[in-house]
Amino acid sequence: MLLYFLRRFGLLLPTFFGVTIAAFSFIRLLPGDPVLLMAGERGLSPERHAELLHQFGFDRPLWEQFFDYFIGILQGDLGHSLITKKPVLEEFFTLFPATLELSICAMIFAVTLGISAGIFAAVKRGTWYDQTVMGTALIGYSMPIFWWGLLLIILFSGILGWTPVSGRISLIYFFPQVTGFMLIDSVLSGQKGAFSSAVSHLILPTIVLGTIPLAVIARQTRSAVLEVLGEDYVRTARAKGLSPLRVVGVHVLRNAMIPVITTIGLQVGVLLGGAILTETIFSWPGIGKWMVDSIFRRDYPSVQGGLLLIAAIVMIVNLVVDLLYGLINPKIRHTGG
Amino acid sequence: MSETPTSGPDLAEKNLDTRKTNKLALLAEFWRYFSENRGAVIGLCFFVFICLIAIFASIVAPHGATEQFRDAFLTPPVWEEGGTWKFILGTDAVGRCMLSRLIYGAQYSLFVGCIVVSLALVIGVIVGLFAGFVGGKTDTIIMRAMDIILAFPALLLALALVAILGPSLTNAMIAIAIVQQPHYVRLTRAAVMGERTKDYVTAARVSGVGPARLMFRTILPNCLAPLIVQAALSFSTAILDAAALGFLGMGAQPPTPEWGTMLAEAREFILRAWWVVTLPGIAILVTVLSINLMGDGLRDALDPKLRRS
Repeated sequence: MLLYFLRRFGLLLPTFFGVTIAAFSFIRLLPGDPVLLMAGERGLSPERHAELLHQFGFDRPLWEQFFDYFIGILQGDLGHSLITKKPVLEEFFTLFPATLELSICAMIFAVTLGISAGIFAAVKRGTWYDQTVMGTALIGYSMPIFWWGLLLIILFSGILGWTPVSGRISLIYFFPQVTGFMLIDSVLSGQKGAFSSAVSHLILPTIVLGTIPLAVIARQTRSAVLEVLGEDYVRTARAKGLSPLRVVGVHVLRNAMIPVITTIGLQVGVLLGGAILTETIFSWPGIGKWMVDSIFRRDYPSVQGGLLLIAAIVMIVNLVVDLLYGLINPKIRHTGG
Repeated sequence: MSETPTSGPDLAEKNLDTRKTNKLALLAEFWRYFSENRGAVIGLCFFVFICLIAIFASIVAPHGATEQFRDAFLTPPVWEEGGTWKFILGTDAVGRCMLSRLIYGAQYSLFVGCIVVSLALVIGVIVGLFAGFVGGKTDTIIMRAMDIILAFPALLLALALVAILGPSLTNAMIAIAIVQQPHYVRLTRAAVMGERTKDYVTAARVSGVGPARLMFRTILPNCLAPLIVQAALSFSTAILDAAALGFLGMGAQPPTPEWGTMLAEAREFILRAWWVVTLPGIAILVTVLSINLMGDGLRDALDPKLRRS
């Protein structure tokens, strides 16, 4: 298993190196003078310009610049935001818990609902239930989620007045960040109503962000379960007289879950992409909104750092999924895959 | 599919006649499987309908896409109180006819889908064929480069690329195509790797077929099925992503009647005028849904493994 892990990890390194090259090139590919972009100042005198040029190292050979950048990354230095002047890494990890909280909730929503709907659809294959679930899943899969968010706001915030329109918690609550997760912090603060306020802020974004993963997981679960249901050992289990619940719950699910876990892992990238739209709609103070804002504010060091960190997160999650995959399915671990 | 592979240039000519009938039979077989899927047929009908609307937009649309009626701001649709038959689906905040804008918007979305898929498909297939065919170091480098692109969430990478290129519909299409082509590269490469060592390829090679012909005429036709399915999927993804970029202000710029851009403009009226927000979204959803329905049908019809499930 350790060998498997090391081999997987080794495969990751060249990709990560490539991602740093991509992030490095980003600033240099932008139209306009890189000094002006990095300094974020207007009307520089030629002397100041030359000074900054030297300070940022743009006057040195490209490979040297990249070498410095790469060493910086390894030391956790991703540059400073032009707007707040704070280190990009610090900015990122201040906002990241908000995105993580939202993503985890969306994933729980998508996985629990998606897997159960998929299993039922497969077991009751061909019935109206199956058709409804699969039809709904296809609609969810085709959903422009930025519109879906607006629609839910119209319905639940506008017409029914059940949920707030934006933010993570009502402004009347104030407490220090302990974990960065609003759900946990609000409980820790001990303030009355804080938790329910956090929950009500979280519901709509969770649904919006979870919609596409939900649809994908439901479809994948259904086809995986259908495939396994046709296997001989399932017939054997049935012939032995095991209850249908046991056949599906133990014999079928174990094998059907393998492709589903891969699908769930692949959704992480989708989730982070969706976070950009979801957070923009709900003014959710996470990294997705931060990236969009940074692009609009021309805060390019932040965009550069964000690109790198998000790609790193996606790669790490994919690695974890691969490892889980090896854990569940010994075939893959041993044949080297 | 059960197509018998061609086996060399001179044999091919003799087979021309049988091939023609073969193709017809294949098409008929394809249609039989495709039409078994009711959803796929409905999707196809809708898609054709949207295509027709897009093509004949200037005839179908009651007004111009950017024509303003200064006496009719935010007029509700005809069935609501205060609606008129002049603007069946109402008007937006600056008095433009919603129906006309939606109709013209179909042109943009279909255009985006076509361009993105063609770009990504052509580049992806060429690169994938090359990687799978040449193998070795070149292959490793190409596939690592594709891994790098795939390490970024698609929409995020497209956003960053548009930041580099500048916000416009053209640049959004280029960005989305760049983000999508790794999928084609991977699919093509995997298919080529599977086909490369088969007997018919060896036979063609031995009979003196050059590498270009071997790649495009001998191997490629046998790898088409997954590519067609992927093309349908990425057509709908392209429309969604272009609309998302438009929504974020990084795609088509106002006053272009692109559906995503229309939604972005409508956001501030979200609680006052439901139609300016709801209708463009429905247009996107229905278009994407019809393509995905078709895509499912294509997959079922083209992939014998999945056919009976």
